[in-house]
Amino acid sequence: MAKAKAKAQVLPDPTFHLVEADDHAHDTGGGTLLGFWIYLMSDALLFAAVFASFGVLSTSYAGGPTPRDIFELPLVALNTGILLVSSITFGFAMLAMEPGRVRATQGWLLVTALLGASFVSVELYEFGALIAEGATPQRSGFLSGFFTLVGLHGLHVTAGIAWILVMLVQIGQRGLIVANKRRLMCLGMFWHFLDVVWIGVFTFVYLLGMLR
Amino acid sequence: MSIESDANLDQELHAHGDTHGHGSMRSYLLGFALSVVLTAIPFWLVMAGPPVTMAVAATIIIAFAAVQILVHTVCFLHVTSQAEGGWTLMAYIFTAILLIITIAGSLWIMYHLNSNMMPGMTPGQFTETP
Repeated sequence: MAKAKAKAQVLPDPTFHLVEADDHAHDTGGGTLLGFWIYLMSDALLFAAVFASFGVLSTSYAGGPTPRDIFELPLVALNTGILLVSSITFGFAMLAMEPGRVRATQGWLLVTALLGASFVSVELYEFGALIAEGATPQRSGFLSGFFTLVGLHGLHVTAGIAWILVMLVQIGQRGLIVANKRRLMCLGMFWHFLDVVWIGVFTFVYLLGMLR
Repeated sequence: MSIESDANLDQELHAHGDTHGHGSMRSYLLGFALSVVLTAIPFWLVMAGPPVTMAVAATIIIAFAAVQILVHTVCFLHVTSQAEGGWTLMAYIFTAILLIITIAGSLWIMYHLNSNMMPGMTPGQFTETP
């Protein structure tokens, strides 16, 4: 406390709120980042509604297959691992972006996109196997909820991959200009957000489904 | 105390240059290591066959998911009380509250609806009702 008092005497105009944060935001478009965050939060609410409907329907088997009959946990564990690794490779892309290392940024983004593509491929393989077994979305309320929730997440990942590819072209053409850095930061939030949603999916759909 | 931390924060914001809001190598690696552990334990619990009752196993799994979501939020999404003047954190908390109300509310209502309505809907009981 004594140290703090000494500092207070040195500082000419002590402020107790964040004046810098607002000022600071102008050069990277902090408004854009905050706005994109608000979008992500509303997307989270969309997922909440789909999670809720899955939760309500999760035991409506209509005499059809139960989670134990159809879920392959090793496949889900593989997919979870892929998505988790893709999160950290995107983190490496962001760390390479900061000092403006174009090649490294593009490399890590490409790795992230490939991991995302593997995730979607494994998911499509799983869907294909389920439909071949007769566990189609039309079979029961549980399966409708399952395909809607997991499919919605998969669509988001697909959109994320498309965005990464667009950014690879953008960086190739214009380099790591301020606008591209801002876009990459939004894309990063989007990608990490999808990983957070996946935590909810593997927990509530797969793991708790297998326990039921 | 608040003056000192504000002064530190000020320096930090300047040091970050034009790309504030990104993480450090340390935060990404820490987040990744924690996530691997927090994912592996629930998967192991279910795949190896839970050594505890279903209810305990379910509680453990949900608790691990909640912790992992927080780890991702802090280490990967960098939501702190300082980021964007605290607005991202505010929006995050607001969303979390709405999310819990939506999901818990739906499950609660539909559980009671099912347990109260379903017996009357079965063919056997339908004939008995006056």
